[in-house]
Amino acid sequence: MALPKYTEPHYRIWHYFYLLICGCVFFFLIAPLFVIFPLSFNAEEFLVFSDGMKRLDPDAFSLRWYKDMIYGTKNPWGLAARNSFIIAIFATLGSIILGTLAALGLSSRHMPYKGLIMAILISPMIVPLIISGVAIFFFMAKVGLAATHLGIILAHIILGTPFVVITVTATLSGFDHSITRAASSLGSSPYNTFMKITLPLILPGVISGGLFAFVTSFDEVVVVLFLAGLDNTTIPIQMWTGLREQLSPTILAVATCLIILSVLILLTAELLRRRSERLRGINR
Amino acid sequence: MSSETGKILTTDGIPLEESLKQAEKKNKIKAFLLVAPLLLFLIITYMIPIGDMFSRSIDDKMVTNMLPKTYKAMENWDGKELPPEEVFEAFYLDYKILVKNKTAGKLQTQLNYEKNGFKSVLKKLARKQKKFEEGNYKEQIMKVHKRWRNVEYWRAIKRRAPSYTYSKYLKGVDMYSNEDGKIVQVSEDRRIHRILWIRTVEVAFFVTLFCFLMAYPIAHLLATLPMKYSNLLMICVLLPFWTSLLVRTASWMILLQQQGIVNDFFVWTGLVADDNRPEMMYNKTGTYVAMTQILLPFMVLPLYSVMKTISPSLMRAGKSLGATPAVAFFKVYFPLTIPGIGAGCLLVFILAIGYYITPALVGGASGTLISNQIAYHMKSTLDWSFASAMGLMLLTGVLAIYWIYNKLVGVDNIKLG
Repeated sequence: MALPKYTEPHYRIWHYFYLLICGCVFFFLIAPLFVIFPLSFNAEEFLVFSDGMKRLDPDAFSLRWYKDMIYGTKNPWGLAARNSFIIAIFATLGSIILGTLAALGLSSRHMPYKGLIMAILISPMIVPLIISGVAIFFFMAKVGLAATHLGIILAHIILGTPFVVITVTATLSGFDHSITRAASSLGSSPYNTFMKITLPLILPGVISGGLFAFVTSFDEVVVVLFLAGLDNTTIPIQMWTGLREQLSPTILAVATCLIILSVLILLTAELLRRRSERLRGINR
Repeated sequence: MSSETGKILTTDGIPLEESLKQAEKKNKIKAFLLVAPLLLFLIITYMIPIGDMFSRSIDDKMVTNMLPKTYKAMENWDGKELPPEEVFEAFYLDYKILVKNKTAGKLQTQLNYEKNGFKSVLKKLARKQKKFEEGNYKEQIMKVHKRWRNVEYWRAIKRRAPSYTYSKYLKGVDMYSNEDGKIVQVSEDRRIHRILWIRTVEVAFFVTLFCFLMAYPIAHLLATLPMKYSNLLMICVLLPFWTSLLVRTASWMILLQQQGIVNDFFVWTGLVADDNRPEMMYNKTGTYVAMTQILLPFMVLPLYSVMKTISPSLMRAGKSLGATPAVAFFKVYFPLTIPGIGAGCLLVFILAIGYYITPALVGGASGTLISNQIAYHMKSTLDWSFASAMGLMLLTGVLAIYWIYNKLVGVDNIKLG
């Protein structure tokens, strides 16, 4: 945003000052992520930039922490990654199914007690995680699901559904219901109407809600801390333990992989958002 | 003309009004059936357990269940003088069973909370009661220890008679109900919870303030820049938003450590001496810095979505009518962004007040918050009823804030991404 030529000097100075502040804030937001990247290639065990790294000496860089992450003896990351993916995938599927159904019901204009039910459905997002953790732990312990995969998956479905409900309800808010009526009048069964008309139209919302649910589950540590036993350790749990005990460069290698994963998720979410807006005819 | 003909009938011969009502009802049930699975699931696995936390937090059946006969006998005792023989006898019988089952230790600990020094008195009774003869238990018990003659000890037992207690809530704010049943504060050196509550609110408030001060300019920039630049800059906001919380906390641990980059930078600029590097982690500073960066996207996104809808011509109009840029900003632009400010601030505040992971990792002793205390009691001391009580106190606060949020912004206006 170039300033017009007639701008007064003090306003000009203020404007550049404002840009400087913005630059600093953006730096503050994004820079910490880039510290991890080079340090994970450190040849040494310390979490500081060695002199060799500052000189860009190739010997100062190595892949040893990545090797350690994958092949290291007694390393927990393989099991943790497997658990994390299994739990996150099933939790996402559960959240998508329950959340989409609920969103379809909620956006019907016949729905009674809409406000109250919406409040209940999104409450896991509002209640602090630590309280959800305590409550869910009590429940899972009572029904004997503590320290099982199923227990953690159910817990993550609880935490993930609000995101699906919100994104799908938002997608449905621009939904033209006369299309489904048209389909019905042409003889389509309700199931066919849903599969062929409604679902393709709300799919971007469903998937982006699913992405939120996936990330919530994949990144969740508070509830799992209460629920997990030794067999259901997840990546966040391992990172948490590692960060508490000793900050090793292997953790940074894992962190780098997670950042790459989040870049992929960000790209997907962004593409979906644009597609959804195009489908719903919203132009910015 | 009969009144019947006035009604319009459907092809089936049913009045239209009724038929519509039926259809409406059907639709209602259909809509509700779609919501029902999730609603039931959440009620069973989430809402009821939260309610369960409440019953757990006020539950005090332990002592009541251990001394059933005693409390029955005590019903008629007014507590002014020493209880009658029946109470002594009942207590002896109850206690004998406890000693036999090796659960007397629990009772000793519990009653010691009520009256200091009760433990040793009870331990002595446990040893001596084996030699008791039948009849006249009052004399025999009082012979074991002279404190049994003190009515205070019997009153202490009686105080635990109700199977419900609010003592955990009092403990959460560093109070307790003393021997006379009055609610008083604990001694000054033991008031730890109140400090934590104040610190939690303080950290949440300042993190919200810092987030607001930092998010406002960049949200404004993002909303006013041409699309192709703002999309690029938006990545700076969205990438941290999608990145694992632990990854971001880890990067702050690296940055803020004593040999870390931030300290290196301070030394390089000459702000601090190399041998006098300040401690920036494991205290409140670490909590503030890390939490602000982690929660910043939650402030930027609502602000951005509101600012995006404000037409730039409004500012131009203000200026063309003679306002200086500053006046135009504060009189025109700023009031229009208030919904976004409200949403962002309350969102960040609610998230910050229940934060657990980051304070636990970078907070040290002086930077931990109330949620860390809850987790500590859940995992270490196993005082689950106290953890539940504190959790519910926190929840009440959050719900109050959420209620305000709902009044100001509306739940439906929460925007993600």
